Amino acid sequence: MAPVTAAPTARNGGPARDAAEDLLAELPPSAAVWCSGLRKRYGRRTAVDGVSFTVGRGEVVGLLGPNGAGKTSVIKILLGLVRPDAGDVLLLGRPGRDPYARARVGYLPELFRYQPWLTPAEVLALHVRLTGAAVPAADRREALAAVGLGQRAGDRVGGFSKGMQQRLGLAVALVARPELVILDEPTSALDPLGRADVRDLLLSLKARGVAVLLNSHLIGEVERVCDRVVILDKGRVAASGTLAELLGRRELRLRLDGVGSAAEERLAAAGDLTRSGDAFTVTLRADQAAATVPDLVADLVALGVRVHAVEPGRISLEERLLDILRTGSGGDGR
Amino acid sequence: MTARTVLTIAALTVREAARRRVLRALAVLTILLLALSAWGFSRIDAEFGSLTTGEARLVASTVLNLVMFGLSLIATLGTAFLAGPTLSGEIESGMALAVLARPVRRSAVLVGKWLGLVIFGSGFVVLAGLAQCLVVWATVGYWPPDPVAGLALLAAQTSVLLTLGLLLSTVISPMASGIVAVGLFGATWIAGVVGSVGAALDNEGVARVGTVSRMLLPTDGLWRGAMHAFQDPTLLTQAGAEVGESPFLSDAQLTVTYLAWAGLWVALVLGLAAMTFLRRDL
Repeated sequence: MAPVTAAPTARNGGPARDAAEDLLAELPPSAAVWCSGLRKRYGRRTAVDGVSFTVGRGEVVGLLGPNGAGKTSVIKILLGLVRPDAGDVLLLGRPGRDPYARARVGYLPELFRYQPWLTPAEVLALHVRLTGAAVPAADRREALAAVGLGQRAGDRVGGFSKGMQQRLGLAVALVARPELVILDEPTSALDPLGRADVRDLLLSLKARGVAVLLNSHLIGEVERVCDRVVILDKGRVAASGTLAELLGRRELRLRLDGVGSAAEERLAAAGDLTRSGDAFTVTLRADQAAATVPDLVADLVALGVRVHAVEPGRISLEERLLDILRTGSGGDGR
Repeated sequence: MTARTVLTIAALTVREAARRRVLRALAVLTILLLALSAWGFSRIDAEFGSLTTGEARLVASTVLNLVMFGLSLIATLGTAFLAGPTLSGEIESGMALAVLARPVRRSAVLVGKWLGLVIFGSGFVVLAGLAQCLVVWATVGYWPPDPVAGLALLAAQTSVLLTLGLLLSTVISPMASGIVAVGLFGATWIAGVVGSVGAALDNEGVARVGTVSRMLLPTDGLWRGAMHAFQDPTLLTQAGAEVGESPFLSDAQLTVTYLAWAGLWVALVLGLAAMTFLRRDL
């Protein structure tokens, strides 16, 4: 490094220092996750083959792909649990090799298990201490209550069901006020009620600006909460992008009666229209404005149409995923 | 950060040992052994009333070493079977994933585990050994010449074996690492006995078996040093040449060099364990 000649002014907060601070302030905040060219082989099998992606601050990104696509391996590489053969990782702007990079990261492993001889409250206390954060006891109790374990804080974890251990795992991931949360199959052991709770948790994280990397088989879950999706197949990124980019066209299914010719014209103006009885399907174009659907409904009501149901096409991500995995024609939406 | 991790994990390990069933099993075994030895020592006093003071001391001292060997065996088995599952078991079950994804160095976690196990193992050996010395003192009135050094060496012996158990648990399965550690411990002890037979018979080749094994795994050497601290110093002159043959009497004090080697051995094995643990994919 070149010697600094302007030291006297810089030391007292002079122009050189101000310039450096300005430069730093102007830099965009580093991504929550940045990884490039990740590669990992287990013996002859290549588990991860040149994976690169980014999770922005406050962004919720879904990691999708079939079994054995390398999703869990990628997550473990990000967290330093598995050593990649090649590639770089930055977590919240720090190199992944540095343990400090994980100081504001919460993680729920796919294989979740916590010390059976401890109570949930003690497990949380342990993780808070390991993180070095100052989280008061009241906040820790709140974290347990948020995952529905408030009443079980004093019981031994050894007596917990799988679902309760997974709930505890969520509390562990969230307790130390993380800026990035990595959840590997967070609902695998949960009942429908638990899955709904997790969805609410994810939405509240999103509202608080916490970045989330979510690996889940439940596409509906991903579609509902994620801003962006990365699809892995055979260790490679098969496709990635925002939902709108990946899906391209959206469907709108409506159940209506009292549809006159004017109303039908209005529907056809919104997109390609198919009708079977009182069920109408409108295929919206990708470049539609956000107000398209409410405007359409308002116009239909004004035209005297009785609206029974308006449902966006939810299975389209699944269809798109299957299409990408079967044909390999992903295209990169980035 | 590293010191905090080490202390947190050490405290966690002690708590684990205290809350698991192994502690209750250890306590029951120890109380059984202490009670049995108390009864045995009181019989020595009652049945061998005709013994001279010197003979009584010889018997008491030898039996004390025998019982101490039993204690060290319990401690060794206990800690070896604690040290094994503590790491590889946690990796297998997934318990290690959540902990190691925290901002901690793996080496600090390993050293924390080691420290916790050393505290637990040493604490057990010192308490049980002290209780045993008190039992002997109450029943036959014999007090070892250097109980502090003896107990410290027993603690060191336990620490050596659990360090080996920890290294093994970074590479092989939990149960296998416990079995291998205890097997090696037994093999070194037998090699030590073979060596002392060789020394008594003036057979250098056979004697070297004991010396080499004591260098490779310092448990037997430390055990012999502990025995030396527990036994009556006048025994050697009284008992003469056959002492060398007894696995429960030791004819020489430990050298500082050997103690230094044992310390270095522990550091090397712990370093090796840290290196294999660092490279391991979880």
